[in-house]
Formats: sequence, C-alpha cells, structure tokens
Amino acid sequence: MNGIHDMGGMHGFGRVEAEADEPVFHEEWEAKCFALNFTMGGWRKWSIDASRHAIERLDPATYLSSTYYERWLAKLVNLSLESGLITEDELRSGEPAADSTKQVPPVDATAIRSFLKKGRPAERMVDRQPRFQVGEIVRTVTDCPIGHTRLPRYARGREGEIVRHHGAHSFPDSNAHGQGEAPQHLYAVRFSARALWGGQGNLNDGVTLDLWESYLEP
Amino acid sequence: MSDHAHDPKHPKHPDHSLLPSDPALRVKSLETLLVNKGLVDPAAVDAFIDAFQNDIGPKNGAKVVAKAWCDPEYRERLLEDATSAIGELGFSGLQGEHMVAVENTDEVHNMVVCTLCSCYPWPVLGIPPTWYKSFEYRSRAVIDPRGVLAEFGVEMSEDVSVQVWDSTAEIRYLVIPKRPPGTESLSESQLAQLVTRDSMVGTAVIASPNDAGSD
Repeated sequence: MNGIHDMGGMHGFGRVEAEADEPVFHEEWEAKCFALNFTMGGWRKWSIDASRHAIERLDPATYLSSTYYERWLAKLVNLSLESGLITEDELRSGEPAADSTKQVPPVDATAIRSFLKKGRPAERMVDRQPRFQVGEIVRTVTDCPIGHTRLPRYARGREGEIVRHHGAHSFPDSNAHGQGEAPQHLYAVRFSARALWGGQGNLNDGVTLDLWESYLEP
Repeated sequence: MSDHAHDPKHPKHPDHSLLPSDPALRVKSLETLLVNKGLVDPAAVDAFIDAFQNDIGPKNGAKVVAKAWCDPEYRERLLEDATSAIGELGFSGLQGEHMVAVENTDEVHNMVVCTLCSCYPWPVLGIPPTWYKSFEYRSRAVIDPRGVLAEFGVEMSEDVSVQVWDSTAEIRYLVIPKRPPGTESLSESQLAQLVTRDSMVGTAVIASPNDAGSD
C-alpha cells in the first residue's frame, strides 16, 4: 500500500537527532509493550508480515503522531481483536468475559528464550530456478498494490543490478494477508543514486534493496 | 492483494481508544487482561525484556568485528556466510536469521536503514536506538546519506562510494567498520571495546585511540 510508513526519500522531517547513552528502553511500559507483542505472537495467529501490515494500516495522522511503541501497542490491540484472542468488551472493562475459560499461555520463559535464540527463518526451498543471475540488469515494476508490499515507492520503475541471490524467501505480499507464504527467489538489487534521485544523486553512491522476483522484470 | 479498506475485521483506525489515554496505563490495563485470560505468562514477558537489557546488544557485534579484524580466515567466513560465522560466536536468532556482513574500505562506506519499518540485526546489535527508527533517518538515509552522515559528524570524501542498504526483506546487515590506525598492538578484546554501535550501522567511523581527547 502507498502508506505513510513508506518514507524513503521524503523531505521535510528534518535533522536526525541521536541521543547520547540512550537506554535500551526509556520507560517500563515500552519494554512491556515490546515483550507483549512477542509473547502474544506465541499464539501464531499472525505472521511477521501481518504484524508489519497492522502498523501500516494505522491511519496516517495516527501513525505520525504516535511514538514508536504507541504504534506497536495499537498494532497488538488490533491484531488481538481481529484474531479473536480478546473482545472489545474485555478491552473496555479490563476483565475477561464472564463466560470465558482461562487459557494456558503458549510460551513460558524457557520457550521465549529458545524462540529468541532460534528465530524464525524466512528462507524456503523451492523447485523453480532463479530467473535472474548476479550481474543482470533488471527493472522494478510500477505496481501500487493496495495490500502489504516491500517494494518502496522510491524504487519502483527503476533500473538496477542484481548483486546477490539470497535463495527463496516467504513472500510478504501474500503472507501478510493469510494467503500463504508463496516463496519466491529474493535478490539484493543495487540502484545508482542517479537512477533513484536524478541529478540530486551522487555519482559514486547507491542504494541496495532486497527484492522478490515478482517485483522485477528483465 | 485483498482490499481491507472495507473489511470490518480490519479496522482502519486503532481500537486503542478503548484503553486509557496514557500509554503506560494502556499497557498496564492490556497486560492485566492478557495475563488474567491466560494468554500471556508474565515470566515470559520478564524473560524477553531481560534478554534485551542484559544479553543482546552491540557488545555482541563488537566481538564479531574485532575477530574479523584479527583473524583473516574468520573475516573470509563472515563475508561469505555471516549467519554461520556470527553463530560461531554464539549469536543467533530472532531478526538475525539471515545475516549479511558488508565491509567498509577506503573506497566504500556502507550504511544500513529500514525505510519501511525498523528492521535491525538484533542478535548482534540489540534493538535499535530511537534515531534509527525515526522518520528523519528513515526518510533521509536513502536520498541524502552524506547529509545524514554529516549530522553524525562524519564527512565522507567525494571519492568514497556511499552504499546504503535498505532492509526490505528478512536479510539483516552488519557493517564491518574500518579498523582505525594506531591499533596494531591491541588485543582482540581491547579492539572490541573500540567498536561502537553506530559504526556497525554505518553512521559512524571509529576514531584512532591516539586521537582520544585531542579535541
């Protein structure tokens, strides 16, 4: 979707301000919000792609006026409601529904540590051979899908060079919508700064993006 | 792809309006509900937070970089297959499942961003600092990397190629910064002390220890 999250190349946000000696979390609620997202993820009701899309679906004014962890909180609430893990009445009252049975959490402390250590690889085996080879020049598509996609606007309809083949990976545009992982070959594609930004680009510079095969044309 | 705009199961607006307005109270209220429903084990929440406060952070990445500086064979393995080379040091897992290491040289300076969200190599760097997740960095790192570098105090020569990596998939990038001059006599663990988080994202270069305190 052509959402507000797709910020690459936008003007107007100003200087990057780095905080010296920044703590891992500024507030306890931020740490809790972060951790609740992953412990609730243990129910396997949503994928990482659906989770990213849930942040992108926030309306632009809310997205811009919320802090990072406020967006994560909104995402967790929306996904929990949409998947039926909680109800609006429960959220409003703060209490489990009278007729609900207490459940057993899917992850305990040991399981969450193990999940952190193992992660969740996105690479998949596919029978198809990669369509493109390293060194090949490709052009990105100009499509504007209304759902989740990982081809940012600034890199659409641009010519770049395949610099690496990453194997086949789960395809976010499908997986975010519960339509299966539909894995595709994934490539690192390098674009010259001139190809992306016209005369403003520095001749020596470039940007490399990881792009799925269906984002690319010969 | 399907259109969720008119799907009542996918509301456009967040429903956190059902919770108190103060985010700390909102999270507390939600956490209490989730625990009381048996959806979340509080010990798992604590363990997750503890891991990022105590185990997972840029000290891990610094060990990887220092070893690459000292051990040419390790450097080769890191550039060839970063996931397994980083795994050799015991670092692996969530948001580092597919690692790629990119090396800064006299000719090329690499810098990492996630313009679409906040992707970052957790096992080696921890969770990202606020600036990395900011609209300012996400919007400008790709179109004005030299301007962003200047704001971090790094003036990059026109002769050096600045290469930005936008983390659009599940590949996570670790920058191997240049080893500063004047460090020939330092041990691997002493070198690791010099390696900063920002140098491994590519928004800083590491100063020679001889320059310390010169300004």
